[in-house]
Amino acid sequence: MSDTVVRTNPDPQAPGEDPNRRDFIHIVASVAALGAVGGLAWPFIDQMNPAGDTLALASIEFDLSKVVEGQQVAVKWRGKPLFVRYRTPAEIAAAVKDDHADLRDPQTDESRHKPGKPQYLILIGVCTHLGCVPNFKGGDYGGWLCPCHGSVYDTSGRIRKGPAPKNLAVPDYAFLSDTKIKVG
Amino acid sequence: MSGHSTYEPKTGFERWLDMRLPVIRMAYDTVLTFPTPKNLNYWWTFGGILSLCLGIQIVTGIILAMHYVPHVDYAFNSVERIMRDVNYGWLVRYIHATGASMFFLAVYIHICRNLYYGSYKAPREVLWILGCVIYLLMMATAFMGYVLPWGQMSFHGTVVITNLFGAIPVIGPSITTWLWGGFAVDDPTLNRFFSLHYLLPFVIAGVVVLHIWALHVPGNNNPTGVNVKSKEDTVPFHPYYTVKDGFAISVFLILFGFFVFWFPTALLSPDNSIPANPLVTPAHIVPEWYFLPFYAILRSIPNKLGGVIMMFSAIAVLFVLPWLDTSKVRSMRYRPTIRLYFFIFLLVCLVLGFCGAHEPAEQVIPGVTTFTLGDYDLNTMVWLSRVAALYYFAYFLLITPIMGLTETPLPVPESISEPVLSHPASGSAQAAAASNKG
Ligand code: HEM
Ligand code: FES
Repeated sequence: MSDTVVRTNPDPQAPGEDPNRRDFIHIVASVAALGAVGGLAWPFIDQMNPAGDTLALASIEFDLSKVVEGQQVAVKWRGKPLFVRYRTPAEIAAAVKDDHADLRDPQTDESRHKPGKPQYLILIGVCTHLGCVPNFKGGDYGGWLCPCHGSVYDTSGRIRKGPAPKNLAVPDYAFLSDTKIKVG
Repeated sequence: MSGHSTYEPKTGFERWLDMRLPVIRMAYDTVLTFPTPKNLNYWWTFGGILSLCLGIQIVTGIILAMHYVPHVDYAFNSVERIMRDVNYGWLVRYIHATGASMFFLAVYIHICRNLYYGSYKAPREVLWILGCVIYLLMMATAFMGYVLPWGQMSFHGTVVITNLFGAIPVIGPSITTWLWGGFAVDDPTLNRFFSLHYLLPFVIAGVVVLHIWALHVPGNNNPTGVNVKSKEDTVPFHPYYTVKDGFAISVFLILFGFFVFWFPTALLSPDNSIPANPLVTPAHIVPEWYFLPFYAILRSIPNKLGGVIMMFSAIAVLFVLPWLDTSKVRSMRYRPTIRLYFFIFLLVCLVLGFCGAHEPAEQVIPGVTTFTLGDYDLNTMVWLSRVAALYYFAYFLLITPIMGLTETPLPVPESISEPVLSHPASGSAQAAAASNKG
């Protein structure tokens, strides 16, 4: 219909005859469509990020009297293992001694536990290489050994050997009482 | 699809439909009369085998999905229920699990066939790239499928693979959280992997259609690598190749059945029969056999990001292969020098697979310590995989481009028919044909 109208119209300035106007309409329409798709893309991508309830299930309390000296308890926190290790004086001494050794991710032992509580080491039990769970007391340093690709951690959870780039992470936690902590 | 159609609708209904939706014509032209080089050998039967594999995975997968529950608390038990209680559930699951391995076996043979006969070269680059896309999608699908039974290997395998993305600088950790939908591999991860595991095979089917379309424009390559020159060089697909493919499929199904009925667990990891436990990683994490060479490349690099980059590059290099190969001769039949390097390449892929199945620090020849250089023990899996990975990349990035420029190929036949007709045996073959007639 409009085609015939356009062809019979002698006026060269008539709508549709001017290629610039056509181009303009095409450009505006495409940009609008692209913008709409782009705007919609974000919700469609973001839906895969942690949902509200997943974010909300974030903290736990733990009774330290459950751990005996020289042992470790692993509990689940945010779907990951949380290591609660009650270190022996020898293990603490070994960790402090290596504070200034050649460390890949330098940190003092002091900075990895709460003041006055060097015996309790609270760590996220996830190897910083590709996420396996390191085995208690494995490896040359008496800390942990990761079974997957052989990362070795010392008694402070610092990376000493193997492919992992970082020390085992210390989560946010606080002492509620002498024997109780809240993680997260 | 190329060339003109010789289909003639015979019944009234066919004529009616042909005017409206010429599907019968299309099937006729692609499956029955499609002119196919007459010298294709059994390495050309794997395309048909692969289509069958995809069909088998889709049919068995849809059945499994009727009984499977994608939830961390039920997934493992629902698979056990499929194995014990669902009628013939054991059969369907074993076909599906074995089918994944058979699928990869076939695709690896198919890819190596293309490497040997130079089928990726002009004018088949797009065909080749579509094949690489299918291979990538297959890997993604198989990886996500392996997560579904939610055993120890499923879980910790997923942890390791998704953490690979964490190696990407700056945005890496956000990508892993996004993939997981939480702080760790958990229920949201399982759910989305199930959704995608269901989807991707159909995406593969779509790309297969494009793949076959791209095949039917230039037509098949053939063992001589010489273009089809005349009608003399071809035979119709049916009955010649329907029968040949059919025979190969039967043999393939015997092997398939052998695993399904006699060794159904040979290709599964025993650790995956233990329900997933996020607090304990199995002593020995290994992926499925078909990922082992890439896993070995990943572990051969002592740096996290470097390992991930090399692993993905090992696949990416396939995509650009058509432009790395400088030789005008397609088939390695006439390229004796590179043929040798190619066979070494195949061996190297097996060596990589072997390394991937063992601990990095394990000795290759047990008890030998002569190959120790300072801190390095060269007699270890990790060093063997380093050497092998080096060859893997050198084959594509150095040997292939250089050899095409420096080697002297053997004389290439004029046409597909020529070597047959000039072959000394063809005289007696003609005599035999004559006596058959008599
Ligand atoms: C490219 C095609 C496919 C491949 C390579 C593939 C591969 C796999 C693999 C390796 C497993 C794990 C097997 C095991 O250890 O138990 C699996 C499981 C599963 N797949 Fe697939 N699959 C494919 C297509 C499909 C389709 C189309 C569906 C659904 C429509 C499906 C549904 C399932 C289900 C429900 C499971 C869990 C049950 C089980 O573990 O046996 N798959 N798949
Ligand atoms: S995941 Fe621990 S060393 Fe790789």
